[in-house]
Amino acid sequence: MKNRKLTIIGWSLIAVMLIATYFPIAIIVIFSFSENKVVGDWKNFSFSAALYHTVFTSDKIMPALLNTFIVALSAAAAATVIGTFAAIGIYYCRRRMKSVLTTLNQITLVNADIVTGVSLMFFFLLLLGRLNGIPAMIIGHTVITLPYVILMVMPRLSQLNPNLYEAGLDLGAGPARTLFTVILPQLVPAMLGGFIMAFTLSMDDYVIAKFIKGGSETVSTLIYNSAKVGLKPEFRALSTLLFALVLAVLAVINIKSARRSKKSGGGLLPFIR
Amino acid sequence: MTKLRPYRFKRQQLAFPYMLITAALVIVPLFILLYYACTDYATGKVSLMNFAAFFIDRENTNLATLGRSFFMAFLTTVICLGLGYPLAYVLSRSPFNRRGILIMIFIMPMWINSLLRMFAVKNMMELFGVGSGFGAVLTGMVYDFFPFMLLPLFTSLSNIDRSYDEASNDLGATPLVTFIKVTLPLSVPGIISGVLMVFMPTISTFAVVEMLGSQDQNMLGNLINENISFAPTRNVGAAYAFILLILVAATMLIANLAGGKQKGREAANLL
Repeated sequence: MKNRKLTIIGWSLIAVMLIATYFPIAIIVIFSFSENKVVGDWKNFSFSAALYHTVFTSDKIMPALLNTFIVALSAAAAATVIGTFAAIGIYYCRRRMKSVLTTLNQITLVNADIVTGVSLMFFFLLLLGRLNGIPAMIIGHTVITLPYVILMVMPRLSQLNPNLYEAGLDLGAGPARTLFTVILPQLVPAMLGGFIMAFTLSMDDYVIAKFIKGGSETVSTLIYNSAKVGLKPEFRALSTLLFALVLAVLAVINIKSARRSKKSGGGLLPFIR
Repeated sequence: MTKLRPYRFKRQQLAFPYMLITAALVIVPLFILLYYACTDYATGKVSLMNFAAFFIDRENTNLATLGRSFFMAFLTTVICLGLGYPLAYVLSRSPFNRRGILIMIFIMPMWINSLLRMFAVKNMMELFGVGSGFGAVLTGMVYDFFPFMLLPLFTSLSNIDRSYDEASNDLGATPLVTFIKVTLPLSVPGIISGVLMVFMPTISTFAVVEMLGSQDQNMLGNLINENISFAPTRNVGAAYAFILLILVAATMLIANLAGGKQKGREAANLL
């Protein structure tokens, strides 16, 4: 009897919070199909895909999307490669070195983004001849996403059977060959998780990009710049598209990891920062 | 005679590129930031005037802004905790926690570009007829950072062994007493992580205020951003950024001391 009451309270809490969480997103999605200037103007709501047309023909949004993908893909790839090797290296370090390096890894994690962004800006200004634009953003995003890749790969390393490496050496493979044929294949799921996380973090970032972007815009910096003067209606369509993309990626990961983790448990939660 | 052995690499050496990158692109830039913070823009001479400018500006607006940052961050954290704890508690209990789908749905907005989320909140506030200002900024902050509170709370609450509950029940404690004496203390690590993950980014944020607020809601992040964006005050901005760095480091240190080393590490892991 009492338990039932609690269940009802629980469900109503969940319902209220769900509505609060998705209401803003829902109105954006609904009004992305109408050319209304103002969101919530139901009287003048007329279904049209004009805003989507504007997005795809915009000479601002399309280059920014391209830049975003170039930066996010390059930075995520670089962070995944460097981060995976770093995780292996750190994992096999002696205890003191290991704790020094894991502390080092936390500097960018804990540091405010604006401080990281500003310090990189001054760094490029002083040492690299005012480097800015896409190369600077790739470097910046590699730096901020590296710690996340390391944090995702490290736990996987501790689950590996330590004898496998020895077995590879005993069977005559050199350390490098053992690494590439025995250790790395087992890290692929964690690397993939790290890559996706790095990719989303890079796409999300405007704080660091803002200070080093030079003349190139990404979607985030474009939104940030336009936000001050008031975002145009076509950003509703852009938001909806990006939201659909996130949804699709999450669904794919979820299905894959659900299939894989039937034994080990887990699901998608490890993929979320 | 010793024979020259073929070179064999050690696995530890795989961390070298990372160490090099961290040294060059994390540590060195922080020192360069300090260098700019300690030099005068006009003359290029070493001075501490940029730091002093923070504390002795004419209208005393900087200290007020700092105070406001802490106040806003505190308020946001308290509201997120107040909303997040009951929700995380409910979600971690049996009928609601099937395969973690529900928590997934709550966490999902975190993956959407935070500026687009702010855009959505702005539209919602306009729909409700609330203009930009304190209320809109607070709503935006809570909406933006809520998932970062919910996730660590949920993780720590669902990791608590259910048999503690049963034991407490068998020993005659009421559900309320069980919650206060068993569940709540065991979830403290999650609370500390959640508080840190909301409090620290809130202090330094600037886009929320720019999109949803006015000059009256300016926070430390806005102050840094405005100074950096204008060349002659760039070095002053560097000094303010350094002050923020020290504040964040101090907050982390206090959290570590308060929650023990393990909890601080967990917070950083989740961040």
